[in-house]
Amino acid sequence: MMYGYEWDTSSTLAFATSILPILGIGLLVTLQAAAVGYAIALVFGLVLALLRRSRIRAISWTVACFTEFVRDTPLLVQLFFLYYVLPDFGIVLPAFMTGALALGLQYSAYTSEVYRGGIDAIQRGQWEAATALNLSRFQTYRDIVIPQMIPRIVPSLGNYLVSMLKETPVLSVVTVLDMLGLANMIGERTFDYLVPLSMVGLIFLPMTLICSALIHLVERALPKSGIPLR
Amino acid sequence: MTSIIRFQNVTKRFGALTVLDNFNFEVQQGEKVTLIGPSGSGKSTVLRILMTLEPFQEGKLELAGLSYHEPNGRGTFKASEKHLHKIRSNVGMVFQSFNLFPHMTVMRNIVEAPIAVLNMKRDEAETRATELLRMVGLLDKKDHYPSQLSGGQQQRVAIARALAMRPRVLLFDEPTSALDPQLVGEVLGVIRDLAREHDLTMLLVTHEMRFAREVSDRVCFFDKGRIVEQGEPEKFFTNPEQPRTREFLSSILNT
Repeated sequence: MMYGYEWDTSSTLAFATSILPILGIGLLVTLQAAAVGYAIALVFGLVLALLRRSRIRAISWTVACFTEFVRDTPLLVQLFFLYYVLPDFGIVLPAFMTGALALGLQYSAYTSEVYRGGIDAIQRGQWEAATALNLSRFQTYRDIVIPQMIPRIVPSLGNYLVSMLKETPVLSVVTVLDMLGLANMIGERTFDYLVPLSMVGLIFLPMTLICSALIHLVERALPKSGIPLR
Repeated sequence: MTSIIRFQNVTKRFGALTVLDNFNFEVQQGEKVTLIGPSGSGKSTVLRILMTLEPFQEGKLELAGLSYHEPNGRGTFKASEKHLHKIRSNVGMVFQSFNLFPHMTVMRNIVEAPIAVLNMKRDEAETRATELLRMVGLLDKKDHYPSQLSGGQQQRVAIARALAMRPRVLLFDEPTSALDPQLVGEVLGVIRDLAREHDLTMLLVTHEMRFAREVSDRVCFFDKGRIVEQGEPEKFFTNPEQPRTREFLSSILNT
């Protein structure tokens, strides 16, 4: 029994359906972790990309090193680091927050590269026109660069959403009870791993497919020359 | 008359290449000056330096009494962003490739900077933009996007956009070079009208010699980062003094 749900091991089908509500609770955690992680990745990635373009060398270099470091080390190592090492410095976060933060940090390193490519693709003439009209750097980013960049980066950002969603099960290693964590526990108690683990896989498949389809819709809805400003 | 622009011994280098060499140049308020010369002679660089798009290495430059190097009591230093902002409020620029903002309508392209930079109210900015669009003959296109316009129309919008900031100096960097021949006329027509504005100082880089002769008070011939010859258009085109000028004019007029 888990979360008040009994499981029925009389047949494979009965077992599968009886653990579905439990896995549903895990699914919620999975979706929440992906949502929080992705929100961090979208915002912090943009911050990293902008800081990397800073005219102050010390800032752009520090950010470049940080991004490279995060991109080129395994997510699992970062996750363990945040979970087991941060408390030594007096920072104790709940397992879920630690997991979402690790996902968010790793993916903000990826998204920052996407943003950087998007910014680089803005033609020089656009920056020059903005300068000639005396727009400040902030106004240039807000009104000229970012609205033109978004349609171009949505496909890549979307890919990272899908791949992040698929990586959320990593969180189960730091005791987060997501779908995989719960499936694992059910396996331990019933000595049947095949059914719960297959169920997790089966639930992920439509989720990622739906996600990809949604991104395609967004992509098609966006005008190619940029987001119109009213 | 007072000089609104004053280059004093300005030297501009791109790496080992010297684009402007000890360059001296003055423009009076309200004067319409055309800069001509072979490509790479430094004429566009003069405009880009004035627009603060390019720094220069040596010499002094003043625009409307503002130095491009900020005085600080102990000599001068590189101008701060705030100071450059003050300089730019006097200057506007029209680019060869228009550089309209593709994600904004024609109207929004024009009102963007007046609202963001001059803190103008939206309806006030739109009233002014409407006036400017009527002037360039494109009021019916105000809700179109740049991609829906021809090159000539885009450039006329770009001129209206620059004028919306009420510059004292307007720079034209080969405004018709990217246009199909049949579209050149409509843009030149707008510039011609502007040239009648008494107070507006205009610097025009162009290869349209007939047009230069018609609208400018003075023509300057550039070669290798210096002004080789300058003068009133009548005399300049009919009886140039320097052999280099004659050579250039005959090469360009015979094509």
